[in-house]
Amino acid sequence: MAEAPGSRATGGARLLVAVYALFAVAATSRAAVQIATKFDEAPLAYLLSALAAAVYVVATVAISRRTPAWHRVALAACTFELLGVLAVGTLSLFDAAAFPDATVWSVFGRGYLFVPLVLPVAGLVYLRRHPVPDHALREPGA
Amino acid sequence: MNTALSVVVAGLSLALAAWTVVVAVAGSGIRNSLLAGLLALEGLLLVQLVVGVVLVAGGQRPPSTVTFFAYLVGVLVVLPVGTLWSVAEKSRPSTLVLTVACVAVAVMTARLLQMWADARG
Repeated sequence: MAEAPGSRATGGARLLVAVYALFAVAATSRAAVQIATKFDEAPLAYLLSALAAAVYVVATVAISRRTPAWHRVALAACTFELLGVLAVGTLSLFDAAAFPDATVWSVFGRGYLFVPLVLPVAGLVYLRRHPVPDHALREPGA
Repeated sequence: MNTALSVVVAGLSLALAAWTVVVAVAGSGIRNSLLAGLLALEGLLLVQLVVGVVLVAGGQRPPSTVTFFAYLVGVLVVLPVGTLWSVAEKSRPSTLVLTVACVAVAVMTARLLQMWADARG
């Protein structure tokens, strides 16, 4: 089956994008509520929530596009996401005071069944296995 | 919150999640019986929303009413979006999109129950 140029048409990508989209919506809503209603309680944690949400949104869009530029953005977003969940996960274990309220990435995403820890790895593996074909480089507007 | 109703909702969504895994593994494609199950679950979610509104209107208050309603309303969107996304392409992995949607409904319902347990009336 021919793939539409500029979009990823494989089912695996569809699944990955679906999970990313779910986390993008969940993280964005949570960060919005936290910042709007109780920002003063834990500014660091809530700003990290917002950052995590932004990364999920970018990753969702980037993985669903199949152009060299978006592929690089997707790689960057997934890498940042993996580093973020590891850093925030570790910090939240050792400095619980800074994280009185859980964020998506607290304790490596325990509140989200550790999906936040698995997701960037799945994303990076997927991107590595499905590189953007060379002809895409020459496509106008790609 | 009607705890029994939400437990049924969570149980049904987990059962449907298992069903979608079976369908994906067997590669048999999404049949009408599965769609009927999803429709039934969506119907129960609507009932759950109505029950939640009636109870809050009756004076019971979860710790964050805004979050509570965001979950009650947000959970309605998950299955339609997941279903459209899933049937748009017939392949095994895209059937698993429905699994994700059903698990998400179960998790959101569990969060609703948790919030309601902390409610004061």
